[in-house]
Amino acid sequence: MHVEEKFTDATWPASPETATLEAKNKYLGFWLFLGGETVLFASLFATYLALKDKVPDSSMPLAKDLFEIPLTFAMTMILLTSSLTSVYAMYHMKNNSFQKMQTWLVITVLLGFSFLALEIYEFNHYVHLGHSFTSSAFGSAFYSLVGFHGAHVTFGLMWFLALMIRNAKRGLSLYNAPKFFVASLYWHFIDVVWVFIFTVVYLMGMVG
Amino acid sequence: MSTYAKKQGFGATLWDFMTTVDHKKIAILYLISGGLFFILGGLEAVFIRIQLAIPDNNFMSAGIFNEMITMHGTTMIFLAAMPILLGIMNAVMPLQIGARDVAFPFLNSLGFWLFFFGGVVLNLSWFLGGAPDAGWTSYASLAIHSEGHGVDFYVLGLQISGFGTLIAGINFLVTIINMRTPGMTYMRMPMFTWTTFVVSALILFAFPPLTVGLFLLLFDRMFGANFFDVAAGGNTIIWEHLFWIFGHPEVYILILPAFGIFSEIFSTFSRKRLFGYSSMVFATVLIGFLGFMVWAHHMFTVGLGPIANAIFAIATMAIAVPTGIKIFNWIFTMWGGSVTFTVPMLYAVSFIPSFTMGGVTGIMLGAAPADYQYHDSYFVVAHFHYVIVGGVVLGILAGVTYYWPKMFGTMLNETLGKFTFWLFLIGFHLTFFVQHFLGLMGMPRRVFTYLPGQGWETSNLISSIGAIFMSVGIIILLINIVITSVKNVRVGNDPWGDGRTLEWAIPSPPPFYNFKQLPLVRGLDAYWIEKMEGKKEMTPAEPLDDIHMPNGSIIPICITIGLFIAAFGALYNMDNKTWSVPVIIIGLLITFGSMLVRSLKDDHGFHIHKEELMDDKDKEVKA
Repeated sequence: MHVEEKFTDATWPASPETATLEAKNKYLGFWLFLGGETVLFASLFATYLALKDKVPDSSMPLAKDLFEIPLTFAMTMILLTSSLTSVYAMYHMKNNSFQKMQTWLVITVLLGFSFLALEIYEFNHYVHLGHSFTSSAFGSAFYSLVGFHGAHVTFGLMWFLALMIRNAKRGLSLYNAPKFFVASLYWHFIDVVWVFIFTVVYLMGMVG
Repeated sequence: MSTYAKKQGFGATLWDFMTTVDHKKIAILYLISGGLFFILGGLEAVFIRIQLAIPDNNFMSAGIFNEMITMHGTTMIFLAAMPILLGIMNAVMPLQIGARDVAFPFLNSLGFWLFFFGGVVLNLSWFLGGAPDAGWTSYASLAIHSEGHGVDFYVLGLQISGFGTLIAGINFLVTIINMRTPGMTYMRMPMFTWTTFVVSALILFAFPPLTVGLFLLLFDRMFGANFFDVAAGGNTIIWEHLFWIFGHPEVYILILPAFGIFSEIFSTFSRKRLFGYSSMVFATVLIGFLGFMVWAHHMFTVGLGPIANAIFAIATMAIAVPTGIKIFNWIFTMWGGSVTFTVPMLYAVSFIPSFTMGGVTGIMLGAAPADYQYHDSYFVVAHFHYVIVGGVVLGILAGVTYYWPKMFGTMLNETLGKFTFWLFLIGFHLTFFVQHFLGLMGMPRRVFTYLPGQGWETSNLISSIGAIFMSVGIIILLINIVITSVKNVRVGNDPWGDGRTLEWAIPSPPPFYNFKQLPLVRGLDAYWIEKMEGKKEMTPAEPLDDIHMPNGSIIPICITIGLFIAAFGALYNMDNKTWSVPVIIIGLLITFGSMLVRSLKDDHGFHIHKEELMDDKDKEVKA
């Protein structure tokens, strides 16, 4: 199969994300990249756990004073849902229904932006409580871990938008299908990392 | 040779190399820039040895000495040894598996330029207020208090070049998994390809902790974070862990490719199949795995407690087992073979005792209670130079000599090569053997001078004389390279005469598409099998057809330059300069903008048509 070939619904391959050699390489390379990213976040988690609640004086807020489950639970649900909607998008990609894929991606992106908005609100809130990037080692570790994740979310959103706008008039091909697919893999990865953040940072932060 | 033989002007050649995505040209770029950094690091070593040649010397100040040792270590590890090895991998691995290029030619180029500009950032520190001076390990307790911008150059330079290495690692992994020619099963892959494979996996999992460690240090020094500020709740041990979780696999990232090169050389010049091939593969994978389990043996004296120390000590000693398997397999490969002592083979043979000595002192250091005695003494310096110079550098010199004809189409002079070999080997042992005893006699590492009357004078002088021997050896190598390039005597496909693997079945240097038709592999040492059946070339695995090739691109340099600019913004951020944040933003915009262009612009590459390939064939026959 060739990248510039024209397809109908009937000839569109079942797994367009791995239909050509370039696509196979991209697919595997991206999985490996996510392996490296996992180690990156593992290092950040380890740093966070080592520095959790390490503040210079006792008047500064600790994890249990700061975190509120309702807000972060809402963020978790939003991001989990966006992962689901990106699965729907990929389902339509595999069925060569470009418009439906775009629609689900739009929903994914909107959910992503609302997650980001809540995160900005959350950070702003903490800064007002005296918990900032430079106030303590705890603050540095917290904002680095959650901020790295936030930066990944931002990058993922930009990536989806770039792909959607670029291909809006061109539809699907074996050239861009793998691009959509790895972007959605990235999005799932971000989601999985957030599940760990929710558990390790917020839930474990509440119980001590 | 439709495009190869064309005469080009200097500008065109430069542009060609700046935009190339061809793994063979990128290999040459790695080799040249790695070589330049190797000479820089070597000069720094010579300056260190001049300073230490006699007691109470004032050749340089203590501050400059700290900068010298830091830059010597950092340059040699990150900017010399690793890039030269990546260069050899780039040049050889795709040929060994019968691929036309790596999986991601664009990323290959990006990886090189990131490494190169990272190295430039690091070395610009000499001209912009002083080099880093907290040691190549840059322990945070020292590094956050280092004045000036030295450590910032270290952080940003390594951050940029580290991204490049990570990209190269992913690229090689995908290449080896997806792009092997028909018949090239995993257990038929040449040993050097196997080591490249394992090393790439190590790079993938070892570099992210370094990235994080560097980010933490960067945030602390440039953006007011408190990771390592104990008064604000920070903890400097975090840096030590992150650094060594990276740093220990890093030594295997360096040594395993050298093991691969030596495996090829032993079997070629013994005219025998590598002894115990499958156990070699197993040992390589095992070393790679255990390499991640031993990082805390660099931290025995930190105070992690007897249980942690005991576990890491035992894991450390366990690595001696797979390494021992390898040593014996190399010896058995030579056993009963018809051995010819070419220059690469000389390096290989001398590597065995040299490296084994480094291994033995490694076991000594791995014994946690004894380590309290050796820690931070010249014994450690002697140990790691025995494994890195006696292993990696001998491997690099052997590999460069062995693959020179494949990369450049000319043969390095054997006589001059032997001069280099003997001078370097003798110089190496002169320099570092005595350092074991200096260490045991109590000389601490990283001291800029010492007092007379402690019995250290003679050994230090011998050590410095050894450094001169090594330098002369390298100078002769450079002369050799110049003479060889000027004479320009072209060689054929298999200049050593006994090539066993696919790379020796195609012209030197190979055409830019490597294989006109992908070769069919029928076993380990595929080319040797064909030779034994009296054939001159490989059996093709496919009919002659159009070949799809990638386009060159200037975007990798653009992406890199953006990061280069952003690095300077971050660097001067702690001086409260008003322009620092805008410069960071501009730099990152260039980087992400270039990535966006790359993503949005369709690039389908081009095809070499069947007819052109047939023309090539005719020309080759005529020539």
